[in-house]
Amino acid sequence: MPVPAAHVLVVSLLLFAIGIVGVLTRRNAIIILMSIELIMNAANLNLVAFSRQLNQINGQVFGVFTIAVAAGEVAVGLAVVLAMYRNRDSIHVDDVQLMKG
Amino acid sequence: MLFYLLAAATVGAAVNVVRSRNAIHSAIWLVVSFLSIAGLYVLLEAEFVAAVQVLVYAGGIMVLFLFVIMLVNLRDAAEMRLALRPAISAVVGVLAAGLMLYVFTRGHLGPAAGPSTLREGGNLQAVGEAMFSDYLLPFEIASLLLLVAMIGAILLARQPRN
Repeated sequence: MPVPAAHVLVVSLLLFAIGIVGVLTRRNAIIILMSIELIMNAANLNLVAFSRQLNQINGQVFGVFTIAVAAGEVAVGLAVVLAMYRNRDSIHVDDVQLMKG
Repeated sequence: MLFYLLAAATVGAAVNVVRSRNAIHSAIWLVVSFLSIAGLYVLLEAEFVAAVQVLVYAGGIMVLFLFVIMLVNLRDAAEMRLALRPAISAVVGVLAAGLMLYVFTRGHLGPAAGPSTLREGGNLQAVGEAMFSDYLLPFEIASLLLLVAMIGAILLARQPRN
Protein backbone atom coordinates (compact mmCIF):
# COMPACT_ATOMS: atom_id res chain seq x y z
CA MET A 1 0.00 0.00 0.00
CA PRO A 2 1.58 3.28 -1.05
CA VAL A 3 1.91 5.94 1.59
CA PRO A 4 -0.27 8.98 0.84
CA ALA A 5 1.97 11.98 0.29
CA ALA A 6 -0.42 14.28 2.13
CA HIS A 7 0.08 12.36 5.37
CA VAL A 8 3.83 12.54 5.04
CA LEU A 9 3.55 16.28 4.56
CA VAL A 10 1.57 16.55 7.80
CA VAL A 11 4.30 14.63 9.66
CA SER A 12 6.94 16.92 8.21
CA LEU A 13 4.84 19.96 9.14
CA LEU A 14 4.65 18.78 12.76
CA LEU A 15 8.40 18.11 12.83
CA PHE A 16 9.09 21.58 11.49
CA ALA A 17 6.84 23.24 14.07
CA ILE A 18 8.40 21.23 16.91
CA GLY A 19 11.84 22.25 15.69
CA ILE A 20 10.85 25.92 15.63
CA VAL A 21 9.47 25.75 19.16
CA GLY A 22 12.70 24.03 20.26
CA VAL A 23 14.89 26.73 18.72
CA LEU A 24 12.82 29.45 20.36
CA THR A 25 12.34 27.99 23.84
CA ARG A 26 15.56 26.21 24.66
CA ARG A 27 18.62 28.21 25.66
CA ASN A 28 21.10 25.36 25.54
CA ALA A 29 23.10 25.79 22.33
CA ILE A 30 23.39 22.03 21.79
CA ILE A 31 19.63 21.53 22.05
CA ILE A 32 19.12 24.41 19.64
CA LEU A 33 21.38 22.64 17.14
CA MET A 34 19.34 19.45 17.62
CA SER A 35 16.14 21.38 16.92
CA ILE A 36 17.71 22.73 13.74
CA GLU A 37 18.40 19.13 12.76
CA LEU A 38 14.71 18.36 13.26
CA ILE A 39 13.83 21.23 10.94
CA MET A 40 16.25 19.98 8.27
CA ASN A 41 14.80 16.49 8.58
CA ALA A 42 11.32 17.91 8.04
CA ALA A 43 12.50 19.54 4.81
CA ASN A 44 14.18 16.32 3.76
CA LEU A 45 11.03 14.31 4.40
CA ASN A 46 9.19 16.69 2.09
CA LEU A 47 11.77 16.23 -0.66
CA VAL A 48 11.53 12.45 -0.50
CA ALA A 49 7.72 12.49 -0.26
CA PHE A 50 7.45 14.63 -3.39
CA SER A 51 10.01 12.45 -5.13
CA ARG A 52 7.63 9.53 -4.60
CA GLN A 53 4.56 11.58 -5.45
CA LEU A 54 5.93 12.87 -8.76
CA ASN A 55 7.82 9.66 -9.50
CA GLN A 56 11.08 11.50 -10.07
CA ILE A 57 14.44 10.67 -8.57
CA ASN A 58 15.56 14.33 -8.19
CA GLY A 59 14.02 14.64 -4.74
CA GLN A 60 16.06 11.78 -3.38
CA VAL A 61 19.27 13.20 -4.85
CA PHE A 62 18.56 16.51 -3.19
CA GLY A 63 17.77 14.66 0.02
CA VAL A 64 21.26 13.18 0.01
CA PHE A 65 22.73 16.64 -0.61
CA THR A 66 20.71 18.03 2.29
CA ILE A 67 22.11 15.37 4.59
CA ALA A 68 25.65 16.26 3.49
CA VAL A 69 25.02 19.95 4.17
CA ALA A 70 23.49 19.07 7.56
CA ALA A 71 26.60 17.10 8.47
CA GLY A 72 28.83 20.06 7.66
CA GLU A 73 26.53 22.42 9.52
CA VAL A 74 26.58 20.27 12.66
CA ALA A 75 30.37 19.98 12.57
CA VAL A 76 30.85 23.75 12.37
CA GLY A 77 28.02 24.43 14.82
CA LEU A 78 29.43 22.12 17.46
CA ALA A 79 32.89 23.61 16.94
CA VAL A 80 31.35 27.01 17.63
CA VAL A 81 29.72 25.59 20.78
CA LEU A 82 33.10 24.27 21.92
CA ALA A 83 34.79 27.62 21.28
CA MET A 84 31.94 29.33 23.13
CA TYR A 85 32.35 26.98 26.09
CA ARG A 86 36.08 27.57 26.17
CA ASN A 87 35.76 31.35 26.13
CA ARG A 88 32.65 31.86 28.28
CA ASP A 89 32.49 28.65 30.30
CA SER A 90 28.85 28.35 29.33
CA ILE A 91 26.78 27.05 26.45
CA HIS A 92 23.69 29.10 27.20
CA VAL A 93 22.97 31.39 24.32
CA ASP A 94 21.75 34.09 26.72
CA ASP A 95 25.27 34.34 28.09
CA VAL A 96 26.68 35.16 24.68
CA GLN A 97 25.00 38.39 23.77
CA LEU A 98 27.98 40.58 22.95
CA MET A 99 30.10 40.31 19.85
CA LYS A 100 32.98 41.77 21.84
CA GLY A 101 33.09 42.27 25.54
CA MET B 1 -0.33 1.02 9.30
CA LEU B 2 3.42 0.84 9.69
CA PHE B 3 3.55 4.38 8.35
CA TYR B 4 1.39 5.72 11.19
CA LEU B 5 3.46 3.88 13.78
CA LEU B 6 6.66 5.40 12.39
CA ALA B 7 5.07 8.81 12.06
CA ALA B 8 3.91 8.73 15.68
CA ALA B 9 7.38 7.61 16.80
CA THR B 10 9.00 10.41 14.81
CA VAL B 11 6.79 13.16 16.17
CA GLY B 12 6.76 11.80 19.73
CA ALA B 13 10.52 11.50 19.83
CA ALA B 14 10.87 15.01 18.40
CA VAL B 15 8.65 16.37 21.17
CA ASN B 16 10.84 14.64 23.73
CA VAL B 17 13.99 16.11 22.14
CA VAL B 18 12.66 19.59 22.79
CA ARG B 19 11.14 18.74 26.18
CA SER B 20 13.88 16.71 27.91
CA ARG B 21 15.75 18.47 30.68
CA ASN B 22 18.86 16.40 30.19
CA ALA B 23 20.83 16.98 26.98
CA ILE B 24 21.82 13.31 26.83
CA HIS B 25 18.14 12.30 26.87
CA SER B 26 17.49 14.77 24.07
CA ALA B 27 20.28 13.17 22.04
CA ILE B 28 18.87 9.66 22.58
CA TRP B 29 15.39 10.81 21.55
CA LEU B 30 16.92 12.46 18.51
CA VAL B 31 18.38 9.08 17.49
CA VAL B 32 14.90 7.52 17.83
CA SER B 33 13.48 10.29 15.67
CA PHE B 34 16.18 9.87 13.00
CA LEU B 35 15.72 6.10 12.85
CA SER B 36 11.94 6.45 12.50
CA ILE B 37 12.48 8.94 9.69
CA ALA B 38 14.78 6.41 8.02
CA GLY B 39 11.89 3.95 8.24
CA LEU B 40 9.61 6.51 6.61
CA TYR B 41 12.15 6.87 3.77
CA VAL B 42 12.04 3.10 3.23
CA LEU B 43 8.24 3.25 3.01
CA LEU B 44 8.60 6.09 0.49
CA GLU B 45 10.81 3.83 -1.65
CA ALA B 46 13.96 5.83 -0.99
CA GLU B 47 16.19 3.07 0.36
CA PHE B 48 19.43 4.89 -0.40
CA VAL B 49 18.36 8.03 1.44
CA ALA B 50 17.30 5.81 4.35
CA ALA B 51 20.73 4.17 4.44
CA VAL B 52 22.47 7.55 4.30
CA GLN B 53 20.18 8.81 7.05
CA VAL B 54 21.14 5.93 9.34
CA LEU B 55 24.86 6.16 8.52
CA VAL B 56 25.31 9.92 8.59
CA TYR B 57 22.65 11.10 11.04
CA ALA B 58 22.18 8.23 13.48
CA GLY B 59 25.84 7.28 13.16
CA GLY B 60 28.06 10.28 12.56
CA ILE B 61 26.12 13.33 13.66
CA MET B 62 24.84 11.77 16.88
CA VAL B 63 28.33 10.68 17.90
CA LEU B 64 29.44 14.27 17.34
CA PHE B 65 26.57 15.54 19.50
CA LEU B 66 27.29 13.09 22.31
CA PHE B 67 30.99 13.93 22.23
CA VAL B 68 30.31 17.63 22.62
CA ILE B 69 27.69 17.05 25.35
CA MET B 70 30.30 15.11 27.29
CA LEU B 71 33.06 17.65 26.61
CA VAL B 72 31.09 20.59 27.93
CA ASN B 73 30.22 19.62 31.45
CA LEU B 74 26.78 18.44 32.40
CA ARG B 75 26.21 20.94 35.15
CA ASP B 76 25.44 23.37 32.40
CA ALA B 77 23.62 20.98 30.12
CA ALA B 78 21.40 19.39 32.75
CA GLU B 79 19.64 22.48 33.98
CA MET B 80 17.14 23.93 31.62
CA ARG B 81 16.59 27.62 31.59
CA LEU B 82 13.55 28.34 29.55
CA ALA B 83 13.47 31.59 27.74
CA LEU B 84 11.44 34.33 29.36
CA ARG B 85 8.79 33.95 26.76
CA PRO B 86 7.97 30.27 26.21
CA ALA B 87 4.36 31.24 25.59
CA ILE B 88 5.37 33.55 22.75
CA SER B 89 7.56 30.79 21.31
CA ALA B 90 4.65 28.36 21.43
CA VAL B 91 2.44 30.91 19.68
CA VAL B 92 5.06 31.36 16.96
CA GLY B 93 5.32 27.58 16.52
CA VAL B 94 1.56 27.15 16.32
CA LEU B 95 1.32 30.07 13.90
CA ALA B 96 3.99 28.54 11.66
CA ALA B 97 2.19 25.20 11.74
CA GLY B 98 -1.12 26.92 11.04
CA LEU B 99 0.31 28.84 8.10
CA MET B 100 1.76 25.67 6.60
CA LEU B 101 -1.52 23.85 7.22
CA TYR B 102 -3.37 26.66 5.47
CA VAL B 103 -1.12 26.47 2.41
CA PHE B 104 -1.40 22.69 2.57
CA THR B 105 -5.20 22.66 2.54
CA ARG B 106 -5.40 25.34 -0.15
CA GLY B 107 -2.94 23.57 -2.44
CA HIS B 108 -3.85 20.77 -4.78
CA LEU B 109 -1.59 17.76 -4.52
CA GLY B 110 -2.94 15.80 -7.46
CA PRO B 111 -2.95 12.03 -7.74
CA ALA B 112 0.25 10.08 -7.25
CA ALA B 113 2.02 9.50 -10.53
CA GLY B 114 1.11 5.90 -11.19
CA PRO B 115 3.22 2.93 -10.18
CA SER B 116 6.62 3.91 -8.93
CA THR B 117 9.62 3.63 -11.24
CA LEU B 118 12.03 4.82 -8.58
CA ARG B 119 13.23 1.31 -7.89
CA GLU B 120 13.75 0.08 -11.42
CA GLY B 121 17.15 -1.57 -11.49
CA GLY B 122 17.57 -0.74 -7.83
CA ASN B 123 17.10 2.51 -5.98
CA LEU B 124 20.84 2.98 -5.50
CA GLN B 125 21.45 2.74 -9.22
CA ALA B 126 18.74 5.28 -9.98
CA VAL B 127 20.11 7.75 -7.43
CA GLY B 128 23.68 7.16 -8.59
CA GLU B 129 22.84 7.72 -12.24
CA ALA B 130 21.09 11.01 -11.46
CA MET B 131 23.81 12.14 -9.08
CA PHE B 132 26.70 11.51 -11.44
CA SER B 133 25.06 12.83 -14.59
CA ASP B 134 22.56 15.65 -14.05
CA TYR B 135 23.80 16.59 -10.59
CA LEU B 136 27.54 16.17 -10.99
CA LEU B 137 28.31 19.83 -10.33
CA PRO B 138 26.19 20.03 -7.13
CA PHE B 139 27.84 16.80 -6.04
CA GLU B 140 31.32 18.29 -6.42
CA ILE B 141 30.20 21.49 -4.70
CA ALA B 142 28.87 19.41 -1.81
CA SER B 143 32.24 17.69 -1.44
CA LEU B 144 33.96 21.08 -1.45
CA LEU B 145 31.49 22.30 1.16
CA LEU B 146 32.30 19.34 3.39
CA LEU B 147 36.02 20.08 3.02
CA VAL B 148 35.47 23.72 3.97
CA ALA B 149 33.29 22.68 6.92
CA MET B 150 35.97 20.28 8.10
CA ILE B 151 38.72 22.91 7.95
CA GLY B 152 36.44 25.46 9.62
CA ALA B 153 35.51 23.07 12.42
CA ILE B 154 39.15 22.24 13.08
CA LEU B 155 40.10 25.92 13.14
CA LEU B 156 37.24 26.81 15.48
CA ALA B 157 37.65 23.93 17.92
CA ARG B 158 41.46 24.04 18.05
CA GLN B 159 43.10 25.03 21.29
CA PRO B 160 44.45 28.54 20.77
CA ARG B 161 48.21 28.54 20.93
CA ASN B 162 49.57 30.91 23.54
